[in-house]
Amino acid sequence: MMLAAIQTDESLWSLEWLPRLPQRLVEMLLHKLGASEWFVDFGGLLAAAVTVVAVFLGAFALLSLIERKTLARVQNRIGPNRAGWFGILQPVADGIKMLTKEDIVPARAEKLLHLLAPILIGLPAILALGVIPYGREWTPVSLDLGLLFFFSIGALTEVSVFMAGWASGSKFPMLGAMRAISQMVSYELPLLLSALGVVMVTGSLSLPEIVARQEGYHLGFLPAWNLLTPWGLVGGLVFFIAALAESNRSPFDLPEGESEIVAGHMTEYSGFKYALFFMGEYLGLFAISGLGITLFLGGWQAPLPGLEFVPSWIWFFGKLALVIFLFLWIRATFPRLRIDQLMRFAWLCLIPMALLTLPAAAIWHFTGRGFLSWVVTVPLLMIPWGILTVIFNKRLAPATRTYRFADS
Amino acid sequence: MNQDKMETPAAPARWTWPGLGLLQGLAVSGKNFVQSFYKKERMTTVQYPEERAPISPNFRNFPFLCYDGDDPKAGLRCTACTICEKECPPQCIYIVLDRDENGKSLKRPKVFDIDISVCMNCGICAEVCPFDSIYMDGEYELSTDDRFGGLMLGLDRLSKSADYHMKLRPEQATEVMERRKAEEEKKAAAAAAKAAKAKADQEAKEKAAAEAGASGEKGDEA
Repeated sequence: MMLAAIQTDESLWSLEWLPRLPQRLVEMLLHKLGASEWFVDFGGLLAAAVTVVAVFLGAFALLSLIERKTLARVQNRIGPNRAGWFGILQPVADGIKMLTKEDIVPARAEKLLHLLAPILIGLPAILALGVIPYGREWTPVSLDLGLLFFFSIGALTEVSVFMAGWASGSKFPMLGAMRAISQMVSYELPLLLSALGVVMVTGSLSLPEIVARQEGYHLGFLPAWNLLTPWGLVGGLVFFIAALAESNRSPFDLPEGESEIVAGHMTEYSGFKYALFFMGEYLGLFAISGLGITLFLGGWQAPLPGLEFVPSWIWFFGKLALVIFLFLWIRATFPRLRIDQLMRFAWLCLIPMALLTLPAAAIWHFTGRGFLSWVVTVPLLMIPWGILTVIFNKRLAPATRTYRFADS
Repeated sequence: MNQDKMETPAAPARWTWPGLGLLQGLAVSGKNFVQSFYKKERMTTVQYPEERAPISPNFRNFPFLCYDGDDPKAGLRCTACTICEKECPPQCIYIVLDRDENGKSLKRPKVFDIDISVCMNCGICAEVCPFDSIYMDGEYELSTDDRFGGLMLGLDRLSKSADYHMKLRPEQATEVMERRKAEEEKKAAAAAAKAAKAKADQEAKEKAAAEAGASGEKGDEA
């Protein structure tokens, strides 16, 4: 009976539906077993959640290797190549090493919080990953307020970071946690404000809806993504920079700046607890990149007409890979900022520009999203940006160095 | 150095397109990333245990003893003169002269130990050796789990052939070999001349004796 049902349902075996295969199989099985309605739904959701977690934990393992390989290539090195073919088993080796290390808890630590922080750090990221639409047919949990859910859950990361810093009971974790909090709070604002323009234009907080509204092409080949509008370009750039800071990536990796404060809030953690922090950071990176893709890069939409035959979730993960590579490229290139530069940049540059995208998005909507909209919104965004850069260049450009004794 | 010059006001910063520096930086690292995949000269890493970088002839660490021919014992150039032992700043060389049963020197070492846990790789022993015997080695994989015996190199581990020296430092070895050859030829020539002179002397003596004999006979006749 069940086999027949599986064989007759053609959509079950199409590539488009592949990521939902576990969920639908579990649902079918429970249905055949005569489980009640809510239990079938519950089982299906559990299977969907397990799929997402498995996919992103695999991606995390792969990324930890790819990151090292990429950084090595930029420095003209080879990178890890000892464990397995081209170092493919390196994540496994790292995992074994982390698991077998001694778990050290400082004598002055708050034992319970110290234990809880690494457990909780991955939670917001995993929850946030649940609401992102990965494909036309693959949104693990479709919420009407998906964006709101994402940001409110994302704010929980700060709690566990501070928990780690406070509970360690020593100076460097405390300093690192304070830095992390001030940085995350400061960059949450531009992150939210830049996402707001998308909400205004779409008129919805539902993430699948936001992606669906970016369908189609301008002039026959330009995808109708939010990034390719004046307010979307500015908003996307602000979102990208703020996402770098939110996920503690270089050049905004001050909370764990190893040359200054050892490893920030992770200083007193060793072994698998440290690995959990590492994992939470990478899952957060995936989540925020996924949200950025959903908001500005058209989610799972194909980049060119005629490419829709490729399963939509492949486009999503392709875009994710590109964005992550950009993160790595930036990490390989730029030095870390100073804390005052970081704060000044957030409050004096990103927030004004993010605020400006709101009137720009409104004007874009009410002037018909056509030629007239471009004429009005481009100067609206360009002129303040020009003024800001002039101000910043004047104030912040370092004076020409004069040498007291070497000259003359 | 006048005081006024120190007060030079900050020059106005040169204006560039905002963000240009960031893009230039990204271009540099991007170029490194892409070219590392196809430009051989960019990737200088040598995969150590499988491959080894060639060592320079100027590279030196611990000393070794050079021998000619195939037999490390018979061909050893060392004469146990102990100059190196005396010159060695950290005193890591220990030499015992080999003697026959009558106590006569055999001009070769019975014991030649170098403690490489003490040796500081200065190369003074190689500089002072008048017999072209001791040179600095290029071997660098000397780690051992035996702290004492493993770091005390005796004659068996120190003795290395002249061919090894030639491979390690061709220029120096060629120079040494030619000088030694010339010296040997000179010695052989001197020996030959000496032998020839001795022979001539002998002949002259014999001739004189013969002549004396002849004159004696003559005298007898007379």
